[in-house]
Amino acid sequence: MIVVSNVSHRIGRAPILTDISLTLEKGGVTALIGPNGAGKSTLLSLIARLTPLQAGTITVDGLAVATTPGRTLARRLAVLPQDSAIDARLTVTELVGFGRFPHGAGRLTDADRAIVAASLQRFDLGDLAGRFIDTLSGGQRQRALVAMAHAQATDYLLLDEPLNNLDMQHARALMRTLRELADTERRTVLVVLHDINHAMAHADRVVALKDGRIAADGPPAAVAVPDVLERIFGYAMRVVDVDGDPVVLHHR
Amino acid sequence: MADRTTVSGSDAAGTSATRPVEAVFDRRMALLLLVALALSAAYMTVSLRGNIAFALELRAIRLVALWQVAVAVAVSTVLFQTLTQNRILTPAIMGMDALYLLGQTALVFLLGGLGYAGLDPALKFAAESLIMTTMAATLFAPMLKGRTDMTLMLLTGVVLGILFRSLAALLARLIDPNAFAVVQSVSFADFNTLRRDLVWPALAVTALGTAVAWRARHLLDVAALGRARAVGLGLDWTRTVPALLVLVALLVAVSTALVGPVALLGLIVVAGAERLIGSRRHARLLPAACLVGISILVGGQLVLQHGLGGASALGIVVDFAGGLLFLALLAGGRR
Ligand SMILES: Nc1ncnc2c1ncn2[C@@H]1O[C@H](COP(=O)(O)OP(=O)(O)OP(=O)(O)O)[C@@H](O)[C@H]1O
Ligand SMILES: [Mg+2]
Repeated sequence: MIVVSNVSHRIGRAPILTDISLTLEKGGVTALIGPNGAGKSTLLSLIARLTPLQAGTITVDGLAVATTPGRTLARRLAVLPQDSAIDARLTVTELVGFGRFPHGAGRLTDADRAIVAASLQRFDLGDLAGRFIDTLSGGQRQRALVAMAHAQATDYLLLDEPLNNLDMQHARALMRTLRELADTERRTVLVVLHDINHAMAHADRVVALKDGRIAADGPPAAVAVPDVLERIFGYAMRVVDVDGDPVVLHHR
Repeated sequence: MADRTTVSGSDAAGTSATRPVEAVFDRRMALLLLVALALSAAYMTVSLRGNIAFALELRAIRLVALWQVAVAVAVSTVLFQTLTQNRILTPAIMGMDALYLLGQTALVFLLGGLGYAGLDPALKFAAESLIMTTMAATLFAPMLKGRTDMTLMLLTGVVLGILFRSLAALLARLIDPNAFAVVQSVSFADFNTLRRDLVWPALAVTALGTAVAWRARHLLDVAALGRARAVGLGLDWTRTVPALLVLVALLVAVSTALVGPVALLGLIVVAGAERLIGSRRHARLLPAACLVGISILVGGQLVLQHGLGGASALGIVVDFAGGLLFLALLAGGRR
């Protein structure tokens, strides 16, 4: 369980997050949505201790992220930061292999290699395994980075806009994989999404941030309501029912 | 590198994932080791004349010093480049050895030439290293917070380097001419005027520092991914990185104390090693950089001493070659 309580964050004098409290039960996919600059990435980095906490507390399975040794946390929680620039000459396999670092001392065992191979397979990277990451396309690199987080084999997976650069087929495949991880392995996934229909279709719960506060929180059906969406995103959009699922016509 | 590009075929899925990671000691590394050893052997034996025992002893001490400087420069540069995530800047380019010179000049200024010369070398060396390490840590640690911007770093380094050098020059002007000669002698890298008294203490520091760096090789691989990713993988950035930076400062202090600044050697050594072994994995890069450094220094000294009749100081030649390489790297983009 991830418990965020009364977290506030400022950069300089600007308030970025204001008094956020949020509990993520174990298992399930939670989508974090909201306009640009709402504070989604900030919240994710705070939970993943990439940014030091200023006010409030965050615990992962009861471990306070501010004080728990980095390695202990890295065995429970993996994070894909939004900024995916990576400046190292590595092959895809080597990159994904780094996901095993928290579990060993840097030397890969046979078991580690099997997990790496499985992650490569899962994200359709088999053909690219030996390629250097600086020779990949944007979407291929994004998949390699997601595979690295996956190879970390943690109970909690935090992904900041993993669909960036992905084509429709791979975006769908990724969301289905996340769903499957939650359903079959009881993993807990927190994923920042801009494609609201992916959030509606694949998440159990949708949390919306706006101006550093939680603007909506509930199952997709409760958030996919024109009024709520307008309050979050600032313009009116239609929601239609397709075979019982809400589809947001945000682009019209 | 060749063996890695061949796995990009479609059959790579299973094979390359299960294939053991390339060995640390492969043919290329063996070749580097062979070159370094051969050059060292040549250095020891070429045109030995007169009192052979005496000459051998002198050469052996110099050889140890050459090795030690090469290793200190190679390791400190690799660490520095990894921690700051760039391939162009070295501790020397960032003004670290200028900082050392400033410390020297300040000491001469405060104590006078005689007082300076009268200092217990080991004690002085320890004090210098300590001061330098503290200053380097306070100066460079802020740059490790957040994302390091290359342009900003380069600018900072150049400005700091100029600042330290100008301060040193200012102090040098204020001290009397005799004392100034002392300052001059520590300002240029020269293996002929090697500080023999410092060889053994410096060797101990370098060996220790290199051992620490080697033990941290996997951590360094992770650090190379950048702060956010490294923290995500469990690296304790705020503790590990400053500690490693202190190590860099210590190694720079050691090699500068021993022979003076060899500003661009680190750049040549690491860029060369990376190209030769085609990898930035520290388990391979660290030893390769050390071996390339040894080959360059020992080979260079060999040529200077026997080919050019000791006409020039090795540091100047190395800096000239390094300057050309630096321009080439800048022109060729970040890598
Ligand atoms: N280093 C910084 N200095 C100043 N302001 C910052 C800094 N980093 C982030 N911010 C501000 O904090 C706010 C929240 O940023 P954050 O990255 O969390 O937004 P986000 O919801 O992830 O947006 P996006 O959808 O664009 O990724 C933004 O208004 C941003 O401008
Ligand atoms: Mg963001």
